[in-house]
Amino acid sequence: MSFERTLEKLTILADAAKYDVSCSSSGSKRTNTNKGLGDSSGMGICHSYTEDGRCVSLLKILLTNHCIFDCAYCVTRKSNDIQRAAFKIQEVVDLTIDFYRRNYIEGLFLSSGIFKSPDYTMERLIAVAKKLRTEENFNGYIHLKSIPGASDELMREAGLYADRLSVNIEVPTISGLKLLAPDKKHEDFIKPMLKVKNEIIQYGEERKIIKSTPKYAPAGQSTQMIIGATGESDKDIMYSATHYYKNYNMKRVYYSGYVPVAEDSRLPAIGTQVPMLRENRLYQTDWLLRFYGFGVRELLNNDHPNLDIDIDPKLSWALRNLQQFPVDINKAEKQILARIPGIGMKSVPKIISARRFRKLNWEHLKNIGVALNRAKYFIVCDSSHWERRDMDANIIKGRILQNSVGKFRKEYGSQLSLFN
Amino acid sequence: MENAKTLIYDGSFNGFLTSIFVAFEEKAHIADIHKNTISQNALFSETETIITHVDKAKRVWNGIQKKDHNAMKNIYFAYLSETNGIELLLYRYIRKLFANHTSIHSDYSDGLVLKINQLAKSVSREKHRMEAFVRFQLAQDDIYFATIEPDFDVLPLISKHFRSRYADQQWLIYDVKRHYGIFYDLEKVEIVSLDLNENYANSIHKSDNFVHEEYSYQELWNNYFKSTNIKSRINLTLHTQHVPKRYWKYLSEKRQAI
Repeated sequence: MSFERTLEKLTILADAAKYDVSCSSSGSKRTNTNKGLGDSSGMGICHSYTEDGRCVSLLKILLTNHCIFDCAYCVTRKSNDIQRAAFKIQEVVDLTIDFYRRNYIEGLFLSSGIFKSPDYTMERLIAVAKKLRTEENFNGYIHLKSIPGASDELMREAGLYADRLSVNIEVPTISGLKLLAPDKKHEDFIKPMLKVKNEIIQYGEERKIIKSTPKYAPAGQSTQMIIGATGESDKDIMYSATHYYKNYNMKRVYYSGYVPVAEDSRLPAIGTQVPMLRENRLYQTDWLLRFYGFGVRELLNNDHPNLDIDIDPKLSWALRNLQQFPVDINKAEKQILARIPGIGMKSVPKIISARRFRKLNWEHLKNIGVALNRAKYFIVCDSSHWERRDMDANIIKGRILQNSVGKFRKEYGSQLSLFN
Repeated sequence: MENAKTLIYDGSFNGFLTSIFVAFEEKAHIADIHKNTISQNALFSETETIITHVDKAKRVWNGIQKKDHNAMKNIYFAYLSETNGIELLLYRYIRKLFANHTSIHSDYSDGLVLKINQLAKSVSREKHRMEAFVRFQLAQDDIYFATIEPDFDVLPLISKHFRSRYADQQWLIYDVKRHYGIFYDLEKVEIVSLDLNENYANSIHKSDNFVHEEYSYQELWNNYFKSTNIKSRINLTLHTQHVPKRYWKYLSEKRQAI
């Protein structure tokens, strides 16, 4: 195999794989054994960042971009006139090892277009992972795609070699899926997801009894949804995400602002701006659900089906629920502290530790790292200076926007440009 | 101030801990503690040169461990920050540690404790960065070789990470700023110092010191790096925030951008 040919394939198949946003390499517990290569027991590492600011942690490629399906949102769909290529199994193994030895990557993220049949494709993905684990004694991170429609036996085998498995739901609603991916059935996505979930539970139970039970997908499974391709609301997206977190024990749901890749009357035109701010607000909501103890109905409901664009979802929630404030920083419980705008999950434990020594005032909070420009309207602390005036939500919001600089401000704050 | 003393030690961590031992033992008023490589005229205080004593260092270290296990990491990490005056800050921190009944490492409302904590955090961030930004090149003698120039002295902190990850290959990571490296020979990690010629630096010119295929892999990697970028999402501010420019010359994928 010539170097030029490998270079060409890598270009085509990395380009095709980049719309999968997951690049996480954390959460596994695979340690190096018998002086082998690699270790993925620690936290994830981003070895570089692309110019779009995304983490490069894994070698993320497709095995092939030949595909029998014709999903409208996908660059690899069969009706798209693009260059096609396919890696041999050994080529992927060699690339992974040679990149890993140079400390370029944490491991491999292998996906594929579907060729011949789902099972045929899944078998080949598994063959790469198996070779890496058994022949190369590779303990780095492996993320495999679960191919929709793959059989239960193959999904069972895949989890024995992979750290993480994922199947992308892509379109948050079933009606949207029918519109954009008429060849695919919703059940085909769900089946491998369910199988993986059940295997994880079963292997976990067995390991409680027999410690030497092999690991099954120790970093769990994840999925991805495209944002802004069909007319779904933020409520649709987050309720759907909550469903997958709850019913399939997802480690992560990723939200991917739709990047127009084809002219298709069903989709936004090429050149339409990628909804990156909306994507950001969805991730913030996701974090509030997973780490801050919020319920999805508090953040999104029929009265409030879409997230605010100009302020973050926690602030937005607090402004709708002013009756729950102000909170006393020196007394409130952890869950209550976590609900204050401007206080994150790094500050909460620090506040709790520090207030055992003395009552905290504004200066302490500022030094700890609390964003007082937002928090000050919602708290009292050890100081006689606090915002006593009864301000309504609009006034508070106006003051916060006036006194802060948001990284996305230029995208919606047209009134500010008056002064430029 | 009467009897204010400046302690001068050999620059090693054990030397620093010995200084702490001496300071406690002599109950002296300490004006400063610094490395012997820094020449400072202590106009108003007498100086004492400390001879590193491993047993004394150990007694201090064990004492800290007994008193507040969690403070150990903070002390060691903050020490490696090499910040101006870090020794005196740490001396005050350790005194505070021993003067209190409760463990003070989490008193984030205390200026000194918070400062040590933040320094330790910066060093920890740099440690993580080096675990990410080391780029090995395969040398003719079968050693994977990398040069780095970290903001802080993090080589002692990253040794374990690389040892458990690359257990089956020889590797050497060299800090060009501090003129020493760590070398793994498939058995153990040793500290080495080298006479580096220009060619070893991660420069644009190809070097005969590395195997021929090395440059093919770098080209594959650089190519991958470009292909995996989504142009319509470009965000160079975020990019340089994550990969600050001072590291670019050691990253093959960013070298051409310099």
